[in-house]
Amino acid sequence: MQLLRQTGWMIVRQLRNLMREPIWIALMVIQPLIWLLLYGQLFSRVGALRGGASSYIEFLTPGIICMNAFFGGSWSGMAMIADLDRHVIDRFLAAPASRFALILSQVVRAGIIAVIQALILLLLGLVLGVRIHGGALGWLVVFAAAALLAMAFAGLSHGIALTVRREASMIAAANFVGLPLMFLSAILIPPTQMPHWIAQISRFNPVNWGVHAARNAIVNGGHWGSTGLYLLLLLAAVAATSLFATWSFRAYQRSI
Amino acid sequence: MDAIVAEDLRKHYKDIQALDGVSFSVRDGEVFGLLGPNGAGKSTAVRTLTTLTRPDSGRAIVAGEDVIRHPNRVRRSIGYVAQDSGVDWEATGRENLLLQGRIHGMAGAPLRARVDELLELVGLREAADRIARNYSGGMKRRLDIAIGLVHRPRVLFLDEPTTGLDPEARVALWDEVERLAQQESLTILLTTHYLEEADRLAERVAIMSRGKIVVEGTPGELKANLRGELVTVELGDANGRIEDAAEIVRSIAGATEVGVDGRLVRTRVPNGAQAIPTILSALDSRGFQVESVTTARPSLDDVYLHYTGRDFATEDAAGKG
Repeated sequence: MQLLRQTGWMIVRQLRNLMREPIWIALMVIQPLIWLLLYGQLFSRVGALRGGASSYIEFLTPGIICMNAFFGGSWSGMAMIADLDRHVIDRFLAAPASRFALILSQVVRAGIIAVIQALILLLLGLVLGVRIHGGALGWLVVFAAAALLAMAFAGLSHGIALTVRREASMIAAANFVGLPLMFLSAILIPPTQMPHWIAQISRFNPVNWGVHAARNAIVNGGHWGSTGLYLLLLLAAVAATSLFATWSFRAYQRSI
Repeated sequence: MDAIVAEDLRKHYKDIQALDGVSFSVRDGEVFGLLGPNGAGKSTAVRTLTTLTRPDSGRAIVAGEDVIRHPNRVRRSIGYVAQDSGVDWEATGRENLLLQGRIHGMAGAPLRARVDELLELVGLREAADRIARNYSGGMKRRLDIAIGLVHRPRVLFLDEPTTGLDPEARVALWDEVERLAQQESLTILLTTHYLEEADRLAERVAIMSRGKIVVEGTPGELKANLRGELVTVELGDANGRIEDAAEIVRSIAGATEVGVDGRLVRTRVPNGAQAIPTILSALDSRGFQVESVTTARPSLDDVYLHYTGRDFATEDAAGKG
């Protein structure tokens, strides 16, 4: 109970602080739209890329939703670096604050933002002629995929933040993890168009689990069995990375 | 009963022995000063006692609970005001206090009343609903102290509470700490590298140097152990003969504890005004050029010098590096 209450108040703190940054809100809304419009235009003439969807933008929308979610999660550890720099974390740790609540609140915050951005992208997609073939369940699956993907990478990102504890190292780590995972995934092109070895590797890429789930919901409107499996895999990843981040407090506390 | 008991605490970071067998105890309701230059190990001692970091060995009991075996029980009874402000800059003063109270399991009207009371107590009532980013250094510090007090702790740790404040704000904070010690009937452990701060606030002090406690007692007791006055002679150019100069001073009747530090020769004499002419003429007759002579009644600076053989300011500057 205490854990949930603390997590709740920590989430309130983070969202409230974010809402006080108008520029951040503008970027949160505009950035995913730029991705969708830019990539949508860039690859729109390459017919082989749409992988069974009625348009490239329909194929791309679930990909961009997932890209956005996992980038957001990967960078979310910057909030932990800021809290460490401001010594807010030390203040919480010397009080009976649950370490798991500190992590869980950051992870859930990343998930909430990913869902808001997914909603914005879906609405823009509708305007651009995308149809969500999975219906109401499809919407839910897209939101779940975005949230879980952001949360899984947020856990990882916070574990790294507590381990490296420096902004420059954090940026390097996020890029090192983020860009390869993006290009080893079906965000921009279907697996059938990938070189064989990349297609094989991409099956183990958590980003891809989210992309396939979201694409099943939007483009295919089916394959619910495999979609459920992908979401379960993502949920396991969320648990694993959140525990890793909670455990990383030990490394941090050894260093001070 | 003792509010804090530290027994033979040891802690090292890579090749630095930050705590090298630290033992002391603080009585219930006492204001205790841990005094020492930068790098002496004071903050490490506080981080150990507040459960932020674990010692390599040793034992510590705070508010009746073992910091290693029951850290969460200790956390419920202590307030910790770290050396660096832990204020959340993007939140208002009130929001900072409310969240800290909630972490301690407080809620509803009692929490809101306590927060109002504290905002009043530290003089932040007017600024309560402004974002803390725009607070001055002194205001952030006072908010830190209020944050440390929100759950009515039994023991309050103040780690270098006035570092970085201008002299005026420092004196204002001293008044506040004195008032808190009475009003909230707290045990306070205060670390400082300002000797006058320990002199002013602490009922008892322990002096730390290089990870060890070198002496412990009331400021009065420590100063009383040093009889007489400290005379410091600065030589113009000792030309490597500084030890000769010290030998000359040592031969003068009544001069004790002669020591050298760079171009300085120090000694303790029963009466400075009487001894200075004798010291000067003795040095002059052997060809030493004296730049300046100062005399001082015992201060905690002298206590530090007396027990460590090192100058406080020099040690302090070295510790920052």
